[in-house]
Amino acid sequence: MDLVLFLTFALIAVACALNMALQRHPVSSALSLVGVMVSLAVLYVLLGAEFIAAAQLVVYSGAIMVLFIFVIMLLNAGAEKMTKKAGTAHFLGFPLLVILLAFSAWVITNATSAMKPVKFGAFTGGGPREVGWELFTRYLLPFEVTSILILIAIAGAYRLANKEME
Amino acid sequence: MSLYDLFPPEFFKLSVPLSAYLILSAILFTIGVATFLFRRNVITVFMAIELMLNAVNLTFVAFSNHFGKVDGQIFSFFVMVVAAAEAAVGLAIILMVFRTSASLQIDDFDTLKN
Repeated sequence: MDLVLFLTFALIAVACALNMALQRHPVSSALSLVGVMVSLAVLYVLLGAEFIAAAQLVVYSGAIMVLFIFVIMLLNAGAEKMTKKAGTAHFLGFPLLVILLAFSAWVITNATSAMKPVKFGAFTGGGPREVGWELFTRYLLPFEVTSILILIAIAGAYRLANKEME
Repeated sequence: MSLYDLFPPEFFKLSVPLSAYLILSAILFTIGVATFLFRRNVITVFMAIELMLNAVNLTFVAFSNHFGKVDGQIFSFFVMVVAAAEAAVGLAIILMVFRTSASLQIDDFDTLKN
């Protein structure tokens, strides 16, 4: 059943990501991105990371995407116009991306061929209790630094959004 | 006609290799880079960055599963927090740029050029 669930949600994730890349309207892109994030949350559960899956749903597909939708609404963003100014990215971009994907797939298959396969239920250390324990003992300093980062981000976003036009 | 009739019973007992998760992550990252390069709407470009961060998170969680340690998940938690901060500040910057240039096309944001 592992493989069936993995294939289903991996296909949904890739299809939604492609849809995000191809849609003309930012709202359609945003909704496709929500699809990617939700299917990634399912894959996190399959990998035994329950807390990260919940955080993915709440933080990413909840908070961050709502922020995106709000900005799209505020700016009244319509379908994008294609321009010819992209330059080298249009000629070199696609072949280079294919090379990137092929090379990374080659490295991954070579490096991980001897590793044991993922089995659902084999790793149970991803609940909120275990993550919280590590977060507040070994990773206490990074955690506190992140809270300062969030505070600075809030102040910066407030300052930028409130700035009067000269 | 159910799903069980379509495949032999051994198919449902197969486990997923670790490389499948990593290759999925590579595919999502590449789609993110492609969106970043080819799209001209600044909000879509920003969403592509979020997609790339998500792909990297999947790698962290997959290796956390493989090594049986929770540290990779802690790291992906930090990536999420940084992504939230980045989205807040970045979208505020987009709002401000839109106020001055009244456009969302990244080609129009060239006041610092030359």
